Amino acid sequence: MAEEKFDVIVVGAGPSGNACAYTLATRGLKVLQLERGEYPGSKNVQGAILYSDALEKLIPDFREDAPLERHIIEQRIWMMDDRSYCGAHYRSEDFNEEKPNRYTIIRAPFDKWFSKKVVAAGALVICETTVTELVRDAHDAVIGVRTDRDDSIIYADVVVLAEGVSGLVGTRAGLRSIPKPDTVALAVKEMHFMPSETIAARFNLQDDEGVVIETAGTITKGMTGTGFIYTNKECLSIGIGCLISDFTETSQTPYGLLEAFKNHPAVKPLLAGSEVKEYAAHMIPEGGYKAIPQLFGNGWVIVGDAGQFVNAVHREGSNLAMTTGRIAAETIFDLKSHGQPMTAGNLSMYKARLDDSFVMKDLKKYKNLPRTLENKHLFTTYPRLLSNAAQTYFRVDGVDKKSKENAIVKSFFTTRRVKGLLGDVLGMARAWR
Amino acid sequence: MSEEPAVRVEDKLFQNRYLVDAGRPHITVTPHEVPSPRLLALTRICPAGCYAKSDSGQVEITTDGCVECGTCRVVAEPYGEITWNYPRGGFGVLFKFG
Repeated sequence: MAEEKFDVIVVGAGPSGNACAYTLATRGLKVLQLERGEYPGSKNVQGAILYSDALEKLIPDFREDAPLERHIIEQRIWMMDDRSYCGAHYRSEDFNEEKPNRYTIIRAPFDKWFSKKVVAAGALVICETTVTELVRDAHDAVIGVRTDRDDSIIYADVVVLAEGVSGLVGTRAGLRSIPKPDTVALAVKEMHFMPSETIAARFNLQDDEGVVIETAGTITKGMTGTGFIYTNKECLSIGIGCLISDFTETSQTPYGLLEAFKNHPAVKPLLAGSEVKEYAAHMIPEGGYKAIPQLFGNGWVIVGDAGQFVNAVHREGSNLAMTTGRIAAETIFDLKSHGQPMTAGNLSMYKARLDDSFVMKDLKKYKNLPRTLENKHLFTTYPRLLSNAAQTYFRVDGVDKKSKENAIVKSFFTTRRVKGLLGDVLGMARAWR
Repeated sequence: MSEEPAVRVEDKLFQNRYLVDAGRPHITVTPHEVPSPRLLALTRICPAGCYAKSDSGQVEITTDGCVECGTCRVVAEPYGEITWNYPRGGFGVLFKFG
């Protein structure tokens, strides 16, 4: 391998790396993809939801053989306090369509499947190999990588860093900094197995229909974070995550938080009798637009989580990963086919194309939201106020409705005061705009 | 949820598959007399419970159950309080589902 030179080396075999390697290999470029796991997917963790659009642009007929769990027909959003949830649900028969828009997936089998497509397209994929450093020439341009296999250098015209949120190579080389604790969440997750009929009955589903639940509230004990419950074919993925900066300031443990979430009176019956088969943890980029690092340079580009490409509001990540991977590959291919060198100036086209896509437009839209979500009232005060309001409203106890309404309005004003309420509303509106 | 259920992270990790690179821990704690607030925080935050305070008061790490999330790296590596690497290729946690 030492003497070989590749057009492109892709570091990592997650959604961004696979999308990139696949796009390059189908266009005939000589691609080496390096993955540290035993197999692609063995180190990868996600909720997980797959957004069809991003994958369709790569593999239009992916539904024929991809290991998909359930197509999502219902989205539930819960605001939780210790004893209640107040929610919005959206379910539609329209989601039972020929080509469903969203699926739940399990990442290890899915990434394995994706990787097989990459190999079939002609890329050389080598697992159980950790890239240890980037190799540069006298002018500081990246010319290849070293791995933990041996001391030899593997050369390439360009190295794509698809190494994930905690990737070492880019940070060691000084291309990006280690994520700051307030720009990444730590999420923990368990896989709870039960028969598919049980899932269908508990979630009101038929066949391969699925439900996803996203939650926020007192379950994160005052920290900025969210919980989730996703239905797979024969198991539920349940997890909870909070900003690492918040974790450092509380007395909570991540697994204690997960356990309390599982024991919430509204969640416990959903999990009853299940068998837990795995416990995983992962960091999620939450810094948004302002946390995106420099994305390209002489001989290198960054794609996926390594570039902080997650839309925290809409819980989108794998689609941004695949899209950034694809656009990076298309840019590299275009340069290559025009005989252009992989310089920073030429690779800046990657960033320009991202700016033109939904990726940057969406992240830019919410650029101020991470700061707004640091408002802890959103995770403590408001869930309680909302729950109390709903309960006051729905409980029939001889009190007249007008008095109930007044009590509800008063509860908001006495708890947050006019100034606080105005600030919270305006802050949210401004960040959403 | 008035009473917090007792949680043993070891019971959770027991579900996972690992290939431990015996004798080659991929994370080390820099020798210290008195642990910093960050190192002490890691004894709580690490989702695999890898960090613990020793009898003599220092924070130590046992990486066997590490799920390679990178949290301790974000918290403590910039301060030189730990060294952080991925395990050698093929070693470490092997997610069945992920």
